[in-house]
Amino acid sequence: MNYPDDLKYTKEHEWCRVKGNRVVVGITDHAQDSLGDIVYVELPEVGDPVKKGEAFGVVESTKAVSELFSPVTGKVVEVNDPLSDAPETINEDPYEEGWMIQVEVADFKELDTLLDTAAYQKFIQEESE
Amino acid sequence: MANPTGWKPSMEAEAAARTFDVGAGGATRGIAYEEKLLFERGSAGGRSGVSLPAPSGRADPRDELPAELLRAEIAELPALGELEVVRHFTRLSAWNHGIDTGFYPLGSCTMKYNPKSSEALARLPGFANAHPLLPAELAQGSLELMYQLERALSEISGFPATTLTPAAGAQGELTGVMMIRAYHVARGNPRKKVLIPDTAHGTNPATCALNGYEVVQLASGADGRLHPETVRAAMDEDVAAIMITNPNTLGIFESHIAEIAAVVHAKGGLVYGDGANLNALLGVARPGDMGFDVMQFNLHKTFATPHGGGGPGSGPVAVSENLIPFLPLPQVVKEGEHYRLVTEDRERPQSIGKVREFHGNFGMFVRALALIREYGPEGLRATGQLAVLNANYVRARLKDVYDLPYETDSLHEVVFTDKALKPTGVTTMDVAKRLIDHGFHPPTVYFPLVVHGALMIEPTETETKETLDRFVDGMRQVAEQAKTDPEGVKAAPLKSVRARLDEVRAARKPILRWRPGMKVE
Amino acid sequence: MRYHPHTEDEIHEMLQVAGARSLDDLFRSIPEPLRLKRLLQVPPALDEIALFAEMRRLAGKNQTEHPPFIGAGAYPHHVPPVVDQLLLRGELFTAYTPYQPEVSQGTLQALFEWQTFVCLLTGMEVANASMYDGASATAEAALMAARLTGRKKLVVSAAVHPEYRRVLATYLASTGDEVVTVPFGADGRTDLGALARVVDGDTAAVVMGYPNFLGVVEPLGEAAALARKAGALSIAVTAEAVAFGMLKGPGELGVDVAVGTFQSFGNSLGYGGPAPGFFATSQQNIRQMPGRLCGATVDKQGRRGFVLTLSTREQHIRREKATSNICTNAGLAALASTIHLALLGRRGLADLARLNYERARLLRDAMKRAGFGLAFSGPTFNEMAFEVGDAEAVVARLARKGVAAGVPLGRFFPGEPRLRGALLCVATELHTPELIELFARDVRN
Repeated sequence: MNYPDDLKYTKEHEWCRVKGNRVVVGITDHAQDSLGDIVYVELPEVGDPVKKGEAFGVVESTKAVSELFSPVTGKVVEVNDPLSDAPETINEDPYEEGWMIQVEVADFKELDTLLDTAAYQKFIQEESE
Repeated sequence: MANPTGWKPSMEAEAAARTFDVGAGGATRGIAYEEKLLFERGSAGGRSGVSLPAPSGRADPRDELPAELLRAEIAELPALGELEVVRHFTRLSAWNHGIDTGFYPLGSCTMKYNPKSSEALARLPGFANAHPLLPAELAQGSLELMYQLERALSEISGFPATTLTPAAGAQGELTGVMMIRAYHVARGNPRKKVLIPDTAHGTNPATCALNGYEVVQLASGADGRLHPETVRAAMDEDVAAIMITNPNTLGIFESHIAEIAAVVHAKGGLVYGDGANLNALLGVARPGDMGFDVMQFNLHKTFATPHGGGGPGSGPVAVSENLIPFLPLPQVVKEGEHYRLVTEDRERPQSIGKVREFHGNFGMFVRALALIREYGPEGLRATGQLAVLNANYVRARLKDVYDLPYETDSLHEVVFTDKALKPTGVTTMDVAKRLIDHGFHPPTVYFPLVVHGALMIEPTETETKETLDRFVDGMRQVAEQAKTDPEGVKAAPLKSVRARLDEVRAARKPILRWRPGMKVE
Repeated sequence: MRYHPHTEDEIHEMLQVAGARSLDDLFRSIPEPLRLKRLLQVPPALDEIALFAEMRRLAGKNQTEHPPFIGAGAYPHHVPPVVDQLLLRGELFTAYTPYQPEVSQGTLQALFEWQTFVCLLTGMEVANASMYDGASATAEAALMAARLTGRKKLVVSAAVHPEYRRVLATYLASTGDEVVTVPFGADGRTDLGALARVVDGDTAAVVMGYPNFLGVVEPLGEAAALARKAGALSIAVTAEAVAFGMLKGPGELGVDVAVGTFQSFGNSLGYGGPAPGFFATSQQNIRQMPGRLCGATVDKQGRRGFVLTLSTREQHIRREKATSNICTNAGLAALASTIHLALLGRRGLADLARLNYERARLLRDAMKRAGFGLAFSGPTFNEMAFEVGDAEAVVARLARKGVAAGVPLGRFFPGEPRLRGALLCVATELHTPELIELFARDVRN
């Protein structure tokens, strides 16, 4: 499993990456692997508000449904639309092509409460025990 | 030089081992035909498989009906003769495994033999040709039958009254929770929550959501049972009810049920019993005697009514005295020697109303009553006893090779896991698919959700000891093969008309109907 | 007991293997006070001969020699014996929900064919694997419309089957959705003016019968357009699906959801059930549909096959967030319809519809000669209401002769004195011209 060092992680297995005044959000390698083949993703629309810790969408495999929780509060400014036709991208490339939404963040301090790579890896380890 | 095909001598032997001639359940490769869809069969447009009087052509629909509503013949419909249709469905049938084909230990579904007598009886013209809105004097036979069944189900479950009308178990649940809600509303407050153990069928939480109740999930204990202290901790005056399946989906009797019911009742809540597993208790114990206030039957499980392909079901609901005013309509009543249906709210002002058109799945009532009449009191009790015996026999004979997550006594079904196979890489799904090659329908897999890699086996009382022995042999052989030839298990099924199907593709690009020129390859 | 195969010796041996001293001992996990200490008080066991005698006695108490002139949601039609003989193929008949697709391809392909038939007849894009009945299908359609639009008002024509409307009301009792009923006019059609007045930005759906409960064919396209303009969905409810052999499918008229029952195809009246409810809509709504869906895919070797799909909508995965709590549907009844439709085919369906239409005209003419006019002036298919004076009295009088005359509409519309004399009757291919003549005379005398 791969957990890039430049990302921040949540305990719900989302990642985020700072890009200017935006934050790019997706799900982790661990999340895509435990879900299995992803067949469907439901994302918000540009302009929708998202709130830290609250659901912003849904991702589905054939046997499971998982809600997506926003790591930050803000407004959706871009959505990875091609995912709806090619949800397998999330399995294949969770951190680059498989990104889900970009959020214009009001308060970057929110990111401080998120996990770094080491902390996230430790968390997964504990969760599986 | 490289071997382009990858062939090596040992492969033939391996292949032979994987495709044994006769499975433990007797399966071989039979004659199976490829069969196109009805719509893909090239045919002369003039063919038809029915014999009807020819229309006279005298009354012209164009004279009366607006032209914009009239359609021409539907061009995509097939045009087939009777024999073509007969062969089509006969060939399709050969692609299926039914109880009539072989053992079908699909846990929680109670796949027992469906008596052929019942089919003949349901087709008696007096039943089959009765219109649901016949005047009562022309339908006294149907009404008496419903009355008899209502009485029998009430006695079997230990409740004073039963409604027959819900169309299936899940609709029975819906009806039950609606009555619970109506009961609380009549006391001034519908309340907010329903408690549900983590072993419950998915229909339970879905039913609560439909009724606007929030679901509070309760953890079952290490023994697979729900404990009174768990319920006590979650119970308050916002809780409308608890929904409990007994025996639960692990096949374990909730032995604290009386105390749990007392805890719930003390705070004004009601106790809903999911009767999906009633087969285990027939003639041995009655939910109405355990503190339940309401429970649904699944006639297609406990009383062997057919449900090929996923229905029809029938989900009568039995209730305690305090819920009788809320029963749905219609209700059949006996007045002297005359039977009639109560259909109007004015006779039952507190009724929740109608949940299904007409009176319910009457055809299933005929079959269920026929079975109850043939069994009589001793036969009903023997049904519960032998269902439990068969499950315990299978459990005893398999527990040394498959992991048993709960040592607690089983009733009518037993849940194993794939934990013991873990070193081999063979999973529950692989075991299930390999059983197909042996000639068995797989058990229920990956349910209940609280058990990882669950294999839930419910043999039912109608199976012989020889069949159970063959199934045990098959299960043991698969476990053995998992050690020696895990790839062979993972390649299964090899004998079925189709290998494992690509469910991911089906879900990513749903094709839910035929269209001209459709290609799926 | 023929369904309990074990001998005493086998039971003894199996108990030993299971580690139990007796059959009672198997139930030691049930606390003693909760066990039943007596036999159930049900009638004594019957052998097969006695069982048949008893059930024949009951069946014989029903009077069903003549095809009823009652439709009203359940239609008397000829079911070719082929249907039942194929239906009873044990491999199909005694299977369950196709959870294991490799051994369920027969069921699955037949379901795929059912879904296709429903689409072709209704003119919709997708259909599910069946519902309990037309009434719950209607209720589920209304719930889906509320989910899709986020609105809470359901506008329902008073000419939708009254039992369907009652079931809808029961389903909505706890959801907070509101039902507004729109009246029908003297022609038996929904009052479109009244409809236009109540359909607004809060409306989730408009629900219309097609044909409606009065037998009248509604201006469905106009109602659908009205709904669309307000951002609401339109739902068409069809109980007599033979009409689709003559009338355009709701999908061709711009309707969003078509629901109802296919009982008329392959399923006997059976005192009201089972019969297959259907649910069809457009492709874009599939993730909000209730019930099971069968889809095409390929197996590991690239061969076409079928599976249940999109199950993440359903209760066994999504639990309290499922689109519905439905689990079991009406699989066998849907199979019966599929077989019957395969037999009918292109020509047969059109002929059957035409025949029904003609027989209803014979009934109309015979009733006219007997002195009874139509209660409504709107166009009809095979069912229509006649003005017969005291409809309840006519039904009671004919019942004494063993004839099921029709349904007095006053029963369903107690608040409408204008309908006291209206008797709703159907004529199908089972009602021969002679029978129709006789019936009209019986109603008069």
